[in-house]
Amino acid sequence: MFNGTMADVNEALFASGQEAVTLVIGLVSVLVFWLGLMRIGEKAGILKKLASLFKPLIVKLFPEIPKDHPAMGYILSNFIANLFGLGNAATPMGIKAMEEMKKLSRSNEASRSMVTFLVINTSSLTLIPTTIIAIRMQYNSAAPTEIVGTTLIATLITTICAIIIDRLFYYRRERKHKK
Amino acid sequence: MSVITTISIWIIPVIVMVILLTATIQKLPAYELFVEGGKEGISIAVSLLPYLLGMMVSITIFRSSGALEAIIDHLHPFLQLVGIPGELVPLAFTRPISGTAALAITTDLISTYGPDSFIGRLASTMQGSTDTTFYILTVYFGSVGIKKMGDALKVGLLADLVGIITSIIIVSIVF
Repeated sequence: MFNGTMADVNEALFASGQEAVTLVIGLVSVLVFWLGLMRIGEKAGILKKLASLFKPLIVKLFPEIPKDHPAMGYILSNFIANLFGLGNAATPMGIKAMEEMKKLSRSNEASRSMVTFLVINTSSLTLIPTTIIAIRMQYNSAAPTEIVGTTLIATLITTICAIIIDRLFYYRRERKHKK
Repeated sequence: MSVITTISIWIIPVIVMVILLTATIQKLPAYELFVEGGKEGISIAVSLLPYLLGMMVSITIFRSSGALEAIIDHLHPFLQLVGIPGELVPLAFTRPISGTAALAITTDLISTYGPDSFIGRLASTMQGSTDTTFYILTVYFGSVGIKKMGDALKVGLLADLVGIITSIIIVSIVF
């Protein structure tokens, strides 16, 4: 405010609003396509199969969700899409997962499963950071893919830590609740 | 490496095919189901707009007003004490807030210091190992109309911090 940046702020205010609208329009096509396809997949029983395949791992992560609940299938599809860097497929599936989890919690507050799910998402699940590799190639890196290994290890450690931090916060919430 | 790139290219068409084939075998009305599910996508996108717009406008104001820079300037000396290269501080702070801005900073760092320099490698790893926490929380909570985020933001940001620290440690060890 005292730096003489008010003109920038004015411009940014409306430019970013417009950017948000463009972003949402971009999301429409992706959401319509994947949600349409996932509806077919759901009715065909593919989501249920997927969920039962990875059940042991996912049940431990989301103890609040019943084993055969459709939320499990969506959560798994979201994780898998993220692993392969399919960001635009991951978002619609994640949104469906959130809807299912909301049906379970019947509340307007974030449930325990939602927090766990989102924390895993924000910690990034990429196997291959394609965008970065492309940028490195553009700037004539001698080994554009050499950061794949470090990224993978860093992502793995971050995700594990995120799950641990999430658990610690959950137990802290529980203790507060009891008092 | 090339195996995984190939999988990445093939996976979407294969998923589409598998879903449609399974539906055909079970004699499901695939087209009707697609339209029905797709309609939902429009309403989700529309209801998402106010959340996304509010978040994006406030973040841009925060950045363009110079507030972000001011914070970074004040923290700089402390971070250097712990061994975090000063050049990477803007990236570390921008990564959870804005995906496009972070990518722009990473590109700039790579072009300035070279992709095979310590800073270039570290920026690449940092960019890949964390995600845009604010955007993810806004989109997912916004889509189901949840306004109380609980501990999600705190845990998400702590995880980002862990991501930045592990990136620095791992890149220092490996290269």
